[in-house]
Amino acid sequence: MKPAPFDYAAPDTVEAALEHLSGGDATILAGGQTLMPLLALRMSTPSLVVDINRIAALKGVSRPNGGIRIASVTRQNELLASKTAADALPVLVQAVSNVGHHQTRNRGTVGGSVSLGEPAAELPAASVALGASIEAHSKRGSRRIPAEEFYVGPYSTVLEPDELVTAIHFPDWPADSVKLFREVTRRPGDFALVGLIGSMTLRQGKIDRVGIAWFGMGPTPIKAHQAEAALAGQSASGIDVQGIAELAIADTDPFDDHHATAEYRRTVGRRVFARLLGEALNVRQA
Amino acid sequence: MSEHPIDVTINGQKHSGRVEARRSLCDFLRMDGGYTGVHVGCEHGVCGACTVIVDGLAVRSCLMLAVQANGASITTVEGLAAPDGTLHPVQQALRDEHGLQCGFCTPGVVMSLAALTAGNEKPSVDTLMAALSGHICRCTGYQGIKRAVRRLAGEPQPSEHA
Repeated sequence: MKPAPFDYAAPDTVEAALEHLSGGDATILAGGQTLMPLLALRMSTPSLVVDINRIAALKGVSRPNGGIRIASVTRQNELLASKTAADALPVLVQAVSNVGHHQTRNRGTVGGSVSLGEPAAELPAASVALGASIEAHSKRGSRRIPAEEFYVGPYSTVLEPDELVTAIHFPDWPADSVKLFREVTRRPGDFALVGLIGSMTLRQGKIDRVGIAWFGMGPTPIKAHQAEAALAGQSASGIDVQGIAELAIADTDPFDDHHATAEYRRTVGRRVFARLLGEALNVRQA
Repeated sequence: MSEHPIDVTINGQKHSGRVEARRSLCDFLRMDGGYTGVHVGCEHGVCGACTVIVDGLAVRSCLMLAVQANGASITTVEGLAAPDGTLHPVQQALRDEHGLQCGFCTPGVVMSLAALTAGNEKPSVDTLMAALSGHICRCTGYQGIKRAVRRLAGEPQPSEHA
């Protein structure tokens, strides 16, 4: 349970960090709440660990022109306490309150969780559901990657080894949007057996805008495309909640593991979705 | 493999030394500093026994490299009681409510609760209970720990057979 030897660098600028990453076989250390166990178990044996915790430019929640920008080394507990985030995207704050435990959120970062791509984690799904984009830099240049195109498999993203995630950008959602969040776990702080996050805006009784994603329901966070398409523009009073839940489940690809079977996840997911949508539409469910 | 100088303050005392990059903060505190009140359970962030306070925040010391603590102020369970032996309020509450059995998980529990109740902070019972979810007590002595939390927060205890 001791890490294999490695070299360590703690640059204080993004440029210096990118220089280290361009050399190959380097691993980025952000909050360390996943990397440290991987090192201890020797599942990860990098030759260089690049600690980005001393880069001041990678910290804080801000509101540039439209939307909300979360710098990558912002601690999960800082997002939880952020008034800016609470005002702009309350569902994101609710999601982060379910990430790990108080003690791990004191170190764990928003950018770390988003770029790790654990399929049952809250923040990757939040990014996909709410239409976030991920800002990544390398010595070769910078790019903004839509969250929906970011995840390719469990713990696998389109990031190149020399790229550093510097911020997550969330678009604005109207202040009267309805929060959609439900997570089923055996114990607080566990990864989700079934998780659902999203936001929905109603205008003149119709669904004006909707974004929903599953977590713990497949190899990546999964956008509920079919359900979204069926909801968009519809009158809130005439929605077939059960039918939409079926469409939402149709987009998932859950697996069996020692926590739950795929069938269990689908069954619970269907109910969770229907209940959450019903509540959001203010439909009385039998 | 690289070695790095570090300067840290542990329980108010300055410590300087050199550490291997891969040295975890918990191993540094125990083996280099002699602070064996830092208990190491799972060594991968699950059990919470190694929780210490770094710059005011409760963190798992097995999930931090010692070198990352360079410049930080660290409090371990050894730093809580007064020099005359008067227990910290969290320690006293756990003692009064029999909030420990074998005691292995206790330093971690103490440090989480001490961080959250430091200064003028008056967190709710719910906040403190939620923080306990980051600790595993393998004696399953949770009821005593929960009673200590209610005592700390000045909340009444539920009746015995409620």
